[in-house]
Amino acid sequence: MIQVILPAHLRTLARVDGEVTVDVQGQATLRSVLDALEAQYPVLRGTIRDHVTLQRRPFLRFFACQEDLSLEPPDTPLPDAVVRGAEPFMIIGAIAGG
Amino acid sequence: MSKVRVLVGTRKGAFILTSDGKREKWDVSGPHFAGWEIYHMKGSPVDPNRLYASQTSGWFGQVIQRSSDGGKTWETPGGEAMPTPGSMPAGASNKFVYDVSAETGKPLTTHQWYDGTQHPWEFKRVWHLEPSLTEAETVYAGVEDAALFKSTDGAKSWHEVSGLRGHGTGPKWQPGAGGMCLHTIVLDRSNPQRMFIAISAAGAFRTDDGGKTWKPINQGLRSQYIPDPNAEIGHCVHRIAMHPSRPGVLFMQKHWDVMRSDNAGDLWQEVSGNLPTDFGFVIDVHAHEPETIYVVPIKSDGEHFPIDGKLRVYRSRSGGNEWEPLTKGLPQSDCYVNVLRDAMAVDSLDSCGVYFGTTGGQVYCSADAGDSWAPIVHDLPAVLSVEVQTIA
Repeated sequence: MIQVILPAHLRTLARVDGEVTVDVQGQATLRSVLDALEAQYPVLRGTIRDHVTLQRRPFLRFFACQEDLSLEPPDTPLPDAVVRGAEPFMIIGAIAGG
Repeated sequence: MSKVRVLVGTRKGAFILTSDGKREKWDVSGPHFAGWEIYHMKGSPVDPNRLYASQTSGWFGQVIQRSSDGGKTWETPGGEAMPTPGSMPAGASNKFVYDVSAETGKPLTTHQWYDGTQHPWEFKRVWHLEPSLTEAETVYAGVEDAALFKSTDGAKSWHEVSGLRGHGTGPKWQPGAGGMCLHTIVLDRSNPQRMFIAISAAGAFRTDDGGKTWKPINQGLRSQYIPDPNAEIGHCVHRIAMHPSRPGVLFMQKHWDVMRSDNAGDLWQEVSGNLPTDFGFVIDVHAHEPETIYVVPIKSDGEHFPIDGKLRVYRSRSGGNEWEPLTKGLPQSDCYVNVLRDAMAVDSLDSCGVYFGTTGGQVYCSADAGDSWAPIVHDLPAVLSVEVQTIA
């Protein structure tokens, strides 16, 4: 099981507390984790990736194991520590304002 | 006894204000969807407990919320967990995909950008939700970049009414300062095939065949800020209002100018009359007097606040030209708020109630058709929209 940390507003939207876990069939990649997350919480479809292009929304970033994975291709395998459940996959909203 | 339910969309959530017919004591519920922009909330005329809300965010995009109990609880239509892993989702209430199929409309991919070049159509948010007058599960959405969408399954799924963008002038449409938004949808109770919409900054459009074909209805509008002030399109219409008993009479608050049409938009004439400024955003019509209309004059397009710091609603009892300021109960000094285009509404109680919300977070109510005002709330986030339901 892969741990996913969502921004607070998306946790509210998905009606979950704290981190969520998703079960990924096959290789765990950016794409497959997000596919599994959206299958488990359909209300999140369109809020992280565009409905049609599946491009990451501009103000969101993906991190794991202290690495920024946001610009990696969608089929990039996730780090082993994430696959083993030792480290979370983090979806972070841009911190903006003044 | 009748009661009223005021639906308030703000920069940081939704609020629902309820009162009995006296409209003196109010219950405040909210914030719903705290932290999100709620561009618009509106109830179904068929089923008052069916509410639709547009929840949006620069980070997370668009969400459509729906309530079936008058706003006590909410759901995202089609957002339920799928019954079995991998099965098709029940719907996608936040999926607004522009129609580019030749089968259903003339495919359109670009409109005019600020610099005159062509720019791809990109969905950003839903500005306005207009529930059907006859079907609780049918609702229209006006979106940015400007297009009209329709759902017939209670907002679970949306399909573009593509004849509007495809009617011919679409590639010439250009955004205003607030984006290129379809912000006004007016349905005609006497003619289900007729509908009016308005776009900033393209102008007003009408369909007489249920949305298949559309025509610009901007003749008589004059806008000094565009290359051809009398152009067929390009006018920054801020809001259109209609009284249900006289569907051929329309009132418009344009960027500058208050206008009226007596022939369903075929020709407009200016009725700004003695207004201190005819810039503004809102316009609405008294529930029982079709020639009584309300505006909130704003100083200018560069200074979005009332003149001299005095918040004044202006009322005309003659369908325009002759206006009187309504000030009792409204701040008459040091008030520098704005009243945005969707932030005024009227109830249909015997003594017509008028409501408006400000960017300073106040929602004002007049239970006597504008003669006197009192704040229902005064410290909400900036108000984006106000709608009211009169519930028997």
